[in-house]
Amino acid sequence: MKKSRRSFLKAAGVSALGIGVAPAIQAVASSGSTPAALAAKTKHPEALTAHRWGMVIDTSKITDEVAENIVHACRKAHNVPDLNHEPDPEKYPKTRPVNHNQEVKWIWEEHFESAFPDKEDEFLAERFKELPFLVTCNHCKNAPCVQACPTQATFKREDGIVLMDFHRCIGCRFCMAACPFGSRSFNFRDPRPFIEEINPDFPTRSKGVVEKCNLCAERLAKGLQPACADVSEGAIVVGDLEDPNSEVRELLNEKYSIRRKQELGTEPSVYYIM
Amino acid sequence: MLEIAIKGSKKYWIWLGVLSAVIGAGFLVYVDQYINGLMTTAMSRDVSWGFYIANFTYLVGVAAGGVMVVIPFYLHNYEKFHRITILGEFLAVGALIMCLLFIIVDLGQPTRMLNVLLYPTPHSMLFWDMLVLNGYLFLNIVIGWKVLEAERNQIKPPAWTTPLIYLSIPFAIGIHTVTAYLYCGLPGRGFWLTAILAPRFLASAFAAGPSVLILLCYVVRKFTKFDPGWDAMQTLSKIACYALIANVFFFACEIFVTYYSKIPGHMTHIDYMFFGLHGHNTMVPWMWSSMILMVTGAVLLVIPALRSNATLLPFTCIMVIIGTWIDKALGMIAGGFVPSPLHHITEYMPTINEVAITLGIYGVGLLVLTILYKLATTVKEEVRG
Repeated sequence: MKKSRRSFLKAAGVSALGIGVAPAIQAVASSGSTPAALAAKTKHPEALTAHRWGMVIDTSKITDEVAENIVHACRKAHNVPDLNHEPDPEKYPKTRPVNHNQEVKWIWEEHFESAFPDKEDEFLAERFKELPFLVTCNHCKNAPCVQACPTQATFKREDGIVLMDFHRCIGCRFCMAACPFGSRSFNFRDPRPFIEEINPDFPTRSKGVVEKCNLCAERLAKGLQPACADVSEGAIVVGDLEDPNSEVRELLNEKYSIRRKQELGTEPSVYYIM
Repeated sequence: MLEIAIKGSKKYWIWLGVLSAVIGAGFLVYVDQYINGLMTTAMSRDVSWGFYIANFTYLVGVAAGGVMVVIPFYLHNYEKFHRITILGEFLAVGALIMCLLFIIVDLGQPTRMLNVLLYPTPHSMLFWDMLVLNGYLFLNIVIGWKVLEAERNQIKPPAWTTPLIYLSIPFAIGIHTVTAYLYCGLPGRGFWLTAILAPRFLASAFAAGPSVLILLCYVVRKFTKFDPGWDAMQTLSKIACYALIANVFFFACEIFVTYYSKIPGHMTHIDYMFFGLHGHNTMVPWMWSSMILMVTGAVLLVIPALRSNATLLPFTCIMVIIGTWIDKALGMIAGGFVPSPLHHITEYMPTINEVAITLGIYGVGLLVLTILYKLATTVKEEVRG
């Protein structure tokens, strides 16, 4: 994956040289490197890295208000369409009625018995029955969606983030059948009319492709915390699961935590402190 | 040989015209789906596969069922199948073309479908399914065509067709096994997660395929001078009978394991299908109809006097076809996706658009089948003089 992109960029660089565009590009780029090398190696100096990214959600700190802010921040950061949004009639004059079962969501609220159906219990402490539980992509260590995807449009990065190439996805939705957490959404229609305000820093999707939480890979690369963690008032912490001194590991060491459907062996990277 | 297809009676042309109209209508509806996306379907976030994949699964079975004439004839020299082997192979061709079309109309980005070849991914079962389906289609076209051509020229088929014929047998088993593996290897779907799924798919395929073939034999007898032979049809009905019984038995095994172990993640899907869940019971009448049709079909096929009743047999076959279609097409989708992994219930019934596109694809299949069967029966009539 990475390699093929790199070789593509190299090839692109070479052909650019070949047609004599190189001087122009080099004039713009910093001295001494070819554009290809730049594209392949440039990394934000403050980029956050990890051996295996993970997320810890402190369920006691998630109130309805916090949860709402998180969901909204995620939508805004990633241009996730909201089918409740009324499309602008001037820009999109002939928008057909919406089927709300075809919604798109990356992180959202669920009740305990939906987030943890295997732990459903009629004598569960009352407060858990009312609490909002945020669910999202678990960035599983053994991700069934990665295994199922026939084009490697869904792939796993070395740092554990399960990412998607929206331009390679053929929309077969095998990944949606494979995901045991219902974390994936399909663009049944053009999502753009349903984006309140387009964030120019992140691509919008076309109809016919699947999408899901990317753990804000684009923000981590710039040294920023994921959007959800940012507005969570400390309820969501993202960090390196394999670093024993990381904040996530300290939290997991201190408090009892559970993961969704652990018995399936997908090894979710999202932990819930109870 | 193809010139035979353009010489036909008035009825033949009217039939082709009707099919073309159905295909055209389906195509127009597809253009709308292509432009606006799969929003025109009733599929949803929770039920992410629907009518297209359901029919795909069923037709893979019909295609694999063709091997039930190939094995007796080529491996056991069962002479009575000599006349219908070509019908079985051409049925597989028609069914496979429909399968591939169902996959294409189900894709969100059909123009990117060659990505499956550009980025071959052996850990994805879809990659293998693509290989075996296209391989089996290719084998059946080549074998069917070459053998028929040889028969027309009254010579032996070329020697190289023999290994291809033998190869087509594991491919037939393969297409349905891999199609079952699409479903049964997914960790979070209790209804599909069972090792009996591939055997059950094969059993229902070997009931549905021969039943379709028997019906086609009746059609051939009525509209052409070629007689596929009553004995061959009777043997086919015996094959369908025991395969159907195996399918029902495998399902009973599934029911036992599920309800004796009482594991909720497995029970809840079958509960939904047969009894309804929290007031959602769209599937209940369908699933019971399916069971009644399959069991009645098995009874009518197993009793010799009823099986050999030439008036009753086509109706029995229709019962088997509808019963196995509900079981494997509708049931596989509803059972797998409802309730969702988060135990929400989103029910599914296809939209008119989905049904129209589906009918269009069946139209294509029938068109291909009509032309291929016309070739086969005309050649056979010619040879018999």
